[in-house]
Amino acid sequence: MVSIDKVEITPAPPSAKPTLAASGWMTRAQEAVLPPVVALLIAAVVGDVLILSYGQSPGTVYRLLIEGTWANAYGFGQVLYKTTTLTFTGLAVAIGLRAGLFNIGAEGQLAAGGFLAALVGLVLPHGLPALLTLPLYFVVAAIGGGVVGAVPGALKARFGAHEVITTIMLNFVVLALLNYFTAAHLAVAGTLHTNAIHSGMLSRLASFWNGFHGSAANLVLLIAVAVTIGAWWYLFRMRGGFELRAVGLQPEAAEYGGVNVGRVWITAMTLSGAIAGIGGLNFVLGYKGYYEDGFASGAGFMGIAVAIVGRSHPVGVLLAALLFATISQGGLAVNALVPQQIVDVLQAVVIIAVAASVPEVRRVLRTAAGRAAASLRTA
Amino acid sequence: MTEPASASAEPLAIHLTDIVKRFGAVLANDCASLQVRRGEIHSLVGENGAGKSTLMRVLSGMYEPQAGRMEVNGRDVTGWSTAQAIEAGVGMVHQHFMLVPTLTVAENVTLGREITRGGQLDRERAIRDVRALSERTGLTVRAEQRVSELSVGEAQRVEILKALYRGARILILDEPTAVLSPPEIEELWTVLRGMRDRGETIVLITHKLDEVMAISDTITVMRHGRTVERLRTADTTPAAIARAMVGRDVQLVPDQSAGRAPTQPPIDRIGASTLLTVEDLHVSSTSRANAVAGVSFTIAPGEILGIAGVEGNGQSELLDALAGFRPSRGRVAIDGRDLTDLSVKQRGDAGLSHIPEDRHLRGLILDYSVADNLILGQQHRFTRGGGRLDEPRIHANAARQISDYDIRPRNAALPARALSGGNQQKIVIAREMARPFQVLLAAQPTRGVDVGAIEFIHARLRSARDAGKAILLVSADLAEVLALSDRIAVMYGGRFVVVLPRAEASPEVLGPYMTGADRGDGSRAA
Repeated sequence: MVSIDKVEITPAPPSAKPTLAASGWMTRAQEAVLPPVVALLIAAVVGDVLILSYGQSPGTVYRLLIEGTWANAYGFGQVLYKTTTLTFTGLAVAIGLRAGLFNIGAEGQLAAGGFLAALVGLVLPHGLPALLTLPLYFVVAAIGGGVVGAVPGALKARFGAHEVITTIMLNFVVLALLNYFTAAHLAVAGTLHTNAIHSGMLSRLASFWNGFHGSAANLVLLIAVAVTIGAWWYLFRMRGGFELRAVGLQPEAAEYGGVNVGRVWITAMTLSGAIAGIGGLNFVLGYKGYYEDGFASGAGFMGIAVAIVGRSHPVGVLLAALLFATISQGGLAVNALVPQQIVDVLQAVVIIAVAASVPEVRRVLRTAAGRAAASLRTA
Repeated sequence: MTEPASASAEPLAIHLTDIVKRFGAVLANDCASLQVRRGEIHSLVGENGAGKSTLMRVLSGMYEPQAGRMEVNGRDVTGWSTAQAIEAGVGMVHQHFMLVPTLTVAENVTLGREITRGGQLDRERAIRDVRALSERTGLTVRAEQRVSELSVGEAQRVEILKALYRGARILILDEPTAVLSPPEIEELWTVLRGMRDRGETIVLITHKLDEVMAISDTITVMRHGRTVERLRTADTTPAAIARAMVGRDVQLVPDQSAGRAPTQPPIDRIGASTLLTVEDLHVSSTSRANAVAGVSFTIAPGEILGIAGVEGNGQSELLDALAGFRPSRGRVAIDGRDLTDLSVKQRGDAGLSHIPEDRHLRGLILDYSVADNLILGQQHRFTRGGGRLDEPRIHANAARQISDYDIRPRNAALPARALSGGNQQKIVIAREMARPFQVLLAAQPTRGVDVGAIEFIHARLRSARDAGKAILLVSADLAEVLALSDRIAVMYGGRFVVVLPRAEASPEVLGPYMTGADRGDGSRAA
């Protein structure tokens, strides 16, 4: 048998030193930013058509939308308040996606974090300094959400239970349990909320600048920004993030690289749940000062859209949260001219347009389809 | 370029002119041309990534060319669909089989052209038809058997039958011998010659020169997406074809010994001790309870043990178990240290290095940068202070490996996906050679790698051997096993059926063991 076994290799021409600079930085930034921008343009066109169909001028409606959100302090404060919660739930979903997991359970995790924080708040004595209570609340909310997140992670690692199913189902379980505890044991008579917390409430932004008067925006916004930076640091600068992303991209290669894939799943889901849980502080500590049943009101699910539009990148998530908060608050502002539901349509168009182009989603869907096909084959 | 076909008055079976096919920025076919006469076996050769498969996919209607002209039997068919290609009798057998494992041979062959009677499947007639076709062509298979029970060679015959059943008169085979043992290859040649003698046309995509010389009448050589030469097999030599393939002189060496210093005979180099010890290893796979059924061997420092065998005889499961991906029974030890209960990471720290058989699945994270891929598996060694990645050291490591292993392009920030197969494999080799190790598992180290990189990788394996490492080499390429190994084991049905010193091994000696005709226990299978 003849094999080509010896080749005269022409010596390589003396080339420049290996390039280490991220030469593709610009291209990659374009690739990341382009789909959301195109999606926004598509949404704007669809919005025009809808607004025209109601006999209104798109210019007027959009002007009203901007005036009701970014152009006045109260509206902007409301946008910031909504941005805060959406940042947490968006980051939660994004971290899951980075590990190859679709966390649909941010809604329950958010509620559990807020509930546990409120529970602790109710038993804390009056007058403790915020410097002492804030770390406690932070940790407790993270534990509340983290435990709810860890369960699907552990079920997947141990039994291979698909996280989409378990997180969806756990939402029902958690929300029903919280509803029961609140209604049966903790609620102020005639309401579905607890007594007020007396210790460690966080200041509204309005107390620093009066322009925000009346809006719910509060200092938890700063925590959201800090957690965003922390999530970025973890994902892209830490060994844990290196391994987490490796598991999300190619679990077999991660395993080959000495990564315990099951442990990463549990870690990622716990982190994801914890971040969603911390989001509960926005309502409980920053806004109302008590836990109220149903406060999450879809913010957990909206986190999926935020993560997808934000391309599962922490900075992208922050910007996407701002976008969805603006659209949502803008819906209230334009209610007089067109039905508020138009903005729901716009949100949906943005999500569909981005989802169709985002690799993370395509990859998760593809592996899900692949697994289904594989199980059919072995069946 | 010679034009041996133009003299004939009969239209060419296949006549492709200046085909251009672009994928994004990649020019897969750049004015590629192909002329094949009716009733000949034509080899389409070239290195990996030369554009052979792309050109054949254009011909079979899977891809639409951006430019160029396609004629089949004198008819202009430029940009036709797969359905039209099948209709016109062009059939392609792909490298990766496209069969439904739960269906029988007859059902697979007739799939899409089912024979019905009154709206019901006529199973008996399907079986009869497939049997008749099987007898006529010499492609022996049992029509009632489920495809999941077939060997790889049999599955390939089913693929060919499927194409013929659909009326293929022009048959394209993409690297058909990659999964076959030497006797199975001979059988395939007999079948193909029979088809040629009946006037059918065959195009064979391959990069193995001995096959080209053995079977084809004419040859087209492709390089970098272009067709660079058209040759008559009778008028050429393997060296000339190799030169056309790589575009420079290539020295063909019949077997090993290359690179081994004559002053250093293997007997001196190989120590008396053992570095890797495997005792009575049993491994189950998802489909088979005893994929590895009691394998024992040792490898000495400075020794390469090569495992030959047809793919699917437990080699992958053996490697998975040694690497720690798959649970196993038995004992594995490196230099006396028991690995049996250790994790993948712990095995790496204990001195195990691993070039995995599938670099796209395990060996690389394709979306990670070259720099990040060069630390995969050793990320815990590239941290400082509480799990923070040590970027400066990661970059320094990348810069060193890229220049030591001549990884191109020389850009550590590119995703691994953007590199060619050979350069991707160099990343894997560089990483696994750079870590501290005593035992190296080298699985298909040159699969899908171009000729220049193959020599480079072989040289690295030899120098690791000379440095006293123990190497377990698994390769589907028998020539590679023969070229590198000091001892050769043949794996069949999950067992080592024979272990021979290199000097006693040859394709002729190993062939019967590879097919299971000789089980190594004195008994000969029927």
